[in-house]
Amino acid sequence: MPEHDVLIIGAGLAGQRAALAAAQSGVSVAIMSKVHPVRSHSVAAAGGINAAISVSDDWRSHAYDTVKGSDYLGDQDAIEAMCREAPGEVMHLEHIGVTFHRNDAGELDLRAFGGASINRTAYVADITGQAILHVLYEQLMRNASTVARYEEWFVTSLLIDDGGSCTGVVARHIRSGAMETFAAKSVILASGGAGQCFKPTTNALICTADGLAQALRAGAPLMDMEMIQYHPTTLLENGLLITEGARGEGAHLLNKDGERFMSKAAPNKMELASRDVVSRAEQIEINEGRGVGPDGQGVYLDITVVPRKRTLEALREIVNIGRDFAGVDITREPIIIRPGQHYIMGGVKTDIQGQTPIAGLYAAGEVACVSVHGGNRLGANSLLDTLIFGRRAGEDAAERARSTPMPACSDAQLRNDERMIAEIMARPRKGRRISELKNELGTTMNRYCAVFREADGLQSAYGTVKRLQEEAQNAYIDDRGTVFNQDVLGAIELGYMLETAEAIVLSAIDRKESRGAQFRTDFPERNDAEWLKHINVALGEDGSPEISYSPVTITQWRPEERTY
Amino acid sequence: MAEFKLRLRRYDPESGEPPYWDKHTVELDPHRSVLDGILEAKDSQDGTIGIRCSCRQGICGSCGVRINGKPGLACNTHLDEALARGDGQEIVVEPMGNMPVIKDLIVDMDAVHWRKIQSVTPWLLPREPVPEREYLVAREAMVDVTQSMACIQCGACVSDCLAMEVDPLFTGPAALAKAYRFVGDPRDSEHYERLRYVAEDPHGMYTCTHCFKCVDACPKDVNPMGQIMRLRRIAGTDFEIEDRNNGFRHEHAFVKNIHRNGLLHEADLLPDSYGGKFDPRALPELLSSIPIVIKGVLRGKITPTKALLHPHKASKDVRAIFERIEGEPARYELNLYVTGTDDPPLQGAGDADSGAATEGAKR
Repeated sequence: MPEHDVLIIGAGLAGQRAALAAAQSGVSVAIMSKVHPVRSHSVAAAGGINAAISVSDDWRSHAYDTVKGSDYLGDQDAIEAMCREAPGEVMHLEHIGVTFHRNDAGELDLRAFGGASINRTAYVADITGQAILHVLYEQLMRNASTVARYEEWFVTSLLIDDGGSCTGVVARHIRSGAMETFAAKSVILASGGAGQCFKPTTNALICTADGLAQALRAGAPLMDMEMIQYHPTTLLENGLLITEGARGEGAHLLNKDGERFMSKAAPNKMELASRDVVSRAEQIEINEGRGVGPDGQGVYLDITVVPRKRTLEALREIVNIGRDFAGVDITREPIIIRPGQHYIMGGVKTDIQGQTPIAGLYAAGEVACVSVHGGNRLGANSLLDTLIFGRRAGEDAAERARSTPMPACSDAQLRNDERMIAEIMARPRKGRRISELKNELGTTMNRYCAVFREADGLQSAYGTVKRLQEEAQNAYIDDRGTVFNQDVLGAIELGYMLETAEAIVLSAIDRKESRGAQFRTDFPERNDAEWLKHINVALGEDGSPEISYSPVTITQWRPEERTY
Repeated sequence: MAEFKLRLRRYDPESGEPPYWDKHTVELDPHRSVLDGILEAKDSQDGTIGIRCSCRQGICGSCGVRINGKPGLACNTHLDEALARGDGQEIVVEPMGNMPVIKDLIVDMDAVHWRKIQSVTPWLLPREPVPEREYLVAREAMVDVTQSMACIQCGACVSDCLAMEVDPLFTGPAALAKAYRFVGDPRDSEHYERLRYVAEDPHGMYTCTHCFKCVDACPKDVNPMGQIMRLRRIAGTDFEIEDRNNGFRHEHAFVKNIHRNGLLHEADLLPDSYGGKFDPRALPELLSSIPIVIKGVLRGKITPTKALLHPHKASKDVRAIFERIEGEPARYELNLYVTGTDDPPLQGAGDADSGAATEGAKR
């Protein structure tokens, strides 16, 4: 049985940063991912990373923007830590090789981003996530002797001992089908978000809520799950992301009359208001018949106002996306976009060191909820979140490992999981396919749990999710092999998604106000008196999800009206 | 919506059977991707089809395959475009080449691609002292290395590298582009050692045969062969590292020859490539070329006077080109990130366009 002091699940930015930080403190570290690390979804983060590095900026300004962006649901102690440590982290990235864009003086260039009061976003063209992810992987290769890599291993369970501590995981080697128990003194979940619960989504096919459901099953609470970010600019055709960097560079949003409609919702910040604000404004245009494209389901994003050379240099990836996926040259004509599911602000509840309420279990990145994003995440704060709290979790997990004996794990869970997989493979080919259920889940969530929500729709979504959970017990797959059996992994992922979707819907039903990404048409106002609190979902004694509340940490910014 | 016939190369390592062809028909909008087509077949017809995929937008690099003979990403190749590339009847999808197949369209990238990447010391060896804030470096230099940084490690260039087919130990286009990412990075302290390593390796940068396959294959315009040529130029010009294939001197002989003659003077080119007529290395080369020269004369392809005297001299215009290029303060490099594309500038789009097609990255 492989044993490691610190075992990290997921090898995106949070996971890799955690691994490097833990390795720095001299403990034995392993990082495990169901895909090769550079395929992780962090690779798709386009626009940049926020840090108050300009001499005219201050981390407190960054923190205030983040608090305001979160619609005052973010925990201010965590936000302060993130923003204070941001400049140092960006410099660290620069020193290990990230090719950040420079200004004419050779210093890091900073671009404008939504919800920010100053240009604060460091970037590498519009492949910032890719550039950072690949540089961190360079460092993992460099540290191959101290960080073991389990690439293309799929986690089926977290191990929890009788005392309620996390002691390792059970995982399946995708290439061989072999199952293995891994013992670890500290386990860090860094397995990303839950975008595939929605269809369409900007998220990759691998974003299937694995860590969220694993933590939930292990007894950890999920927090702020109702807060689902709809990104204002996703391709109408297929939901692919068009970076906020486009608006940062000056692109306009136009309705069918050619009107810059953001002047109504955010007369000062216009297109660079917070994402929840922009997405709502777009949805109103669409709902009130001022949309464009087939059925008027989109609005125009006009990038032609950005100088062409600048677009080709700094927004190259979306030039490719426009050309390859919409047949549009974005330097010459507007592209049709709409709000699309992009990010979950919620996740496994952690403290400021990434610790979950389960001893030995940490979480960082999109899978976690510290909460620095609260009701709405600012663009270019997610890369920062992954790196700051990935590092913090890695350091703390290593610290814990030094004073903890290596746990003795049995193979009981492994045998359970082997039986579970055998049972899925043995199902008769009748009833519905896994892929049909996934499809229905995605379209349901996107219909009822989107930019605008109300009680009836959410109840209907809840009913569908519960029915799909039943149907998933008997849904069948085709592949009965062991080598790269992606079919059986898809069935397990569907289970993860359905449990997470239930937590999302329950939280959205519960929050009877409008705050951040949660806009209830039946409760259209923010209600600080009753709802300035986090919603937590955890499994109760009978195994069904139960709701509880926790306070929002406020240090220096009292909630006030939020305008852009 | 239209009907597309997919012909997939399948292989089940557990069956004991050799690879086989598998057909699926899917109905999709022609603008959707080949990956969408394969996933449609996988989701609704046959869940056993194996393909790595994740982002669906050409950034994660998972779905490298060969489509109607050409390597690339399944997710950013349209169905109609793929169809037009083949016989117009079927879209043939195969696993990438030069790497062992694990299952269906899934290849073992660790065994080939990632091992080669490891071989070029793929991490920054930062210049000392490390500054408190960022390294101050030229804007162009960072944009320049961003082109090789844009590599998504999909393996498409490795798949069809002809040199690697002949010499499987060849470092290959992706890893050499990665090497350039550090050689071109002013923050790196080991440019010379890196260049010497890829120059002295008998399977290193001089093994590239300049065939353009990788340039064609790359879905991200990384231009791996261009990066290899730049490594060679920097090694030869800036660090005087010996080219084991003599290509560097050959290139210089060409340039000198045209500068002098306007049209190529073959009789001078060969000795000049080996250090001039009187260099001891040139003699055996000259001797070994005699039979070819005799054949050429006998078949009337050359006349002795033309071959030896070469009456043509470089015109003023040719000399002006040389003066202009040599007068540049820095070497001229072509880089898509810096130059934009070679599309004609848009009418009335303003000053920002002018020069977009001519500005080069300079080192």
